[in-house]
Amino acid sequence: MSSRLQAILVPVISVLLGLIAGAIVMLVSGFNPIEGYGALLRGAFGDTFYIGETIRQITPYIFAGLAVAFAFRTGLFNIGVEGQLLVGWIASVWVGLAFDLPKFIHLPMAVLAGAAAGAIWGFVPGFLKARLRVHEVIVTIMMNYIALHLVNYLVRYVISDEQNTTVAVPPSASLKSPFLENLTDFSTLHNGIFLALAAAIIFWVVLEKTTTGFELRSVGFNQHASEYAGMNVNRNIVLSMVISGAFAGLGGAMEGLGTFGYGFIHGAFSGVGFDGIAVALLGGNVAIGVILAAALFGTLKVGALNMPIESGVPTELVEIVIALIIFFVASSYIIRYLLNRYKKGAK
Amino acid sequence: MKKRKFGLGLSMLLAAGTILGACGSDTETSNGGEENGGGEEAAGDFTVSMVTDVGGVDDKSFNQSAWEGLQAFGAEHGLEQGTDGYNYFQSQGDADYTTNLNTAVRNDFDLIFGIGFLLQPAIEQVAQQRADSHFALVDSVAEGDNVASITFKEHEGSFLVGVAAGLQTETNKIGFIGGVESDLINKFAAGFKAGVEAVNPDATVDIQFAGDFNNASRGQQMAAAMYGSGVDIVYHAAGGTGNGVFTEAKNLKQQDPERQIFVIGVDRDQSEEGALEAGGQPYNVTLTSMIKRVDIAVQDISTRAMEGDFPGGEIIEYGIEENGIAVAQSENLTEDTLAQIETYKQQILDGEIEVPSTLQ
Repeated sequence: MSSRLQAILVPVISVLLGLIAGAIVMLVSGFNPIEGYGALLRGAFGDTFYIGETIRQITPYIFAGLAVAFAFRTGLFNIGVEGQLLVGWIASVWVGLAFDLPKFIHLPMAVLAGAAAGAIWGFVPGFLKARLRVHEVIVTIMMNYIALHLVNYLVRYVISDEQNTTVAVPPSASLKSPFLENLTDFSTLHNGIFLALAAAIIFWVVLEKTTTGFELRSVGFNQHASEYAGMNVNRNIVLSMVISGAFAGLGGAMEGLGTFGYGFIHGAFSGVGFDGIAVALLGGNVAIGVILAAALFGTLKVGALNMPIESGVPTELVEIVIALIIFFVASSYIIRYLLNRYKKGAK
Repeated sequence: MKKRKFGLGLSMLLAAGTILGACGSDTETSNGGEENGGGEEAAGDFTVSMVTDVGGVDDKSFNQSAWEGLQAFGAEHGLEQGTDGYNYFQSQGDADYTTNLNTAVRNDFDLIFGIGFLLQPAIEQVAQQRADSHFALVDSVAEGDNVASITFKEHEGSFLVGVAAGLQTETNKIGFIGGVESDLINKFAAGFKAGVEAVNPDATVDIQFAGDFNNASRGQQMAAAMYGSGVDIVYHAAGGTGNGVFTEAKNLKQQDPERQIFVIGVDRDQSEEGALEAGGQPYNVTLTSMIKRVDIAVQDISTRAMEGDFPGGEIIEYGIEENGIAVAQSENLTEDTLAQIETYKQQILDGEIEVPSTLQ
């Protein structure tokens, strides 16, 4: 079996096993799994409105997944996507509110501000890792909290006048699309999805088609060999975290300029950044895989909202199904082992 | 190296999963066909639903209270839980608010409640798009002719529990733990502080914010720091975060039953949360609770909407006078405290005291 086929088979089998395990959990708890999954599918695709909502949910997942995947390819574990996303969110909204410019300048500027903020948030752990060997997992986790509370402070005391939300960004900086909204019966679908797909292409080009990308990947494979080969490992670590943070910041800009159109005080983490870890893992840390995994997660998340109302299955169960899928992806070694056994047995 | 990274990654992932998992909680689902006598058809085909904020209907706080209100309304009028009667939509994240509100509209509910100020922008947006549907927002004010805004005079109730705290503190140090600093939570803090100062000018009130409504471990840490600094009564207005305050208070009481340790609950009567046993003796660390009758408000507005008297575009404020705000009965309150609370309550009702609703 080729390794490529296996790379595709493992996540697919993981998802199937997760769904089957979820069905068993539903059966045990006294719900009809066919009805439950039916409700989930109808809740995600049953209507143009729901399709719009699903695509909208997929957008930040793609960015978060790309962010985690990018760092991962350089051998770094970016847990800080959540925080990078939050600062990107607020930076884009801030720029959106602070300037009054024509759309073709204003919107790109706001989006890039989000990317820049995320990049700065990624730079700090990257720099600390490269210079002082501080583990990026610790730093990124802590940076999440700094981001959360900093953003809340900015929303309350700097951008708004002690309000819980900022005012909405003007149309000149908004990703909202009346066309897409009308098409999907007032869903919150916005133009961000196009940017997300473009970002995935950029991700692929940078990593696979440029010298920088080669260096980044090579550092991920073996730091010492890369150093021996004359690559600047430290520079690549910082660069990787910066680009990863920029992807995350863009994800935040999608929420800030598209889905919501404003910033608000977060009572807790949005969770998108953490789900991004699972998206990247399921997607095998490649661009197309991340898109597919994000699509799956978006579908599950939005569809889940419909499960309680239509079939009585609690939303928590969907969280369990997602957790089971991640579990099976994480234990992909077992699946790989079994696949190999099967292959040998067949011969 | 890569393998080790991967292993570390996985363990972090699992850790993150555990942490995140702890945030969610199980939901009481479908008490299904209760009160499905079918005898009462007075409600006709009126349907009502609510969209929770991230707290969920088992948050032991206002989401739960609102849901109890809807259940009571359903029972009273012979409605069934489901799309033909009453139902709730649980939001897992901030992005779910608009989706859930829209789903509720698409399921043709006659009245849709948004629970919590976090839903304000979402409800304004959806109400504008769905001009034919009726909405009600709890805890904040939303624009729109088809939205009724329900607010509470939390500062008045907080003032009264502040009186209780001021009278019963032994250390003259009192704490306040708020969820997220916001206009709403500041109302609690301002009223509470004023109440303490009214009866005990020597007492200090330490006001802190957790920055989170759903983080019990953070609440526990903050409570530990406060009790450690000599505070003996903590008032929390922090939803799920407040559960950690109870945990810490109960731990301390367990270690030293002689020490005075109290929590003042919020939104619902939280005396259940404070019960414990130490050395074979039952104790309760809940001094009292500032009850916010979201359930009454929800029932009230539902009834008005059913009778065709939906107060769209209006702001309806529930205070002590409207039975929307109350102080919970508790055996931990002394006779003197109860009497003083009663006096101040009367003074508020008579307008002799103007309770501040903002921290200066």
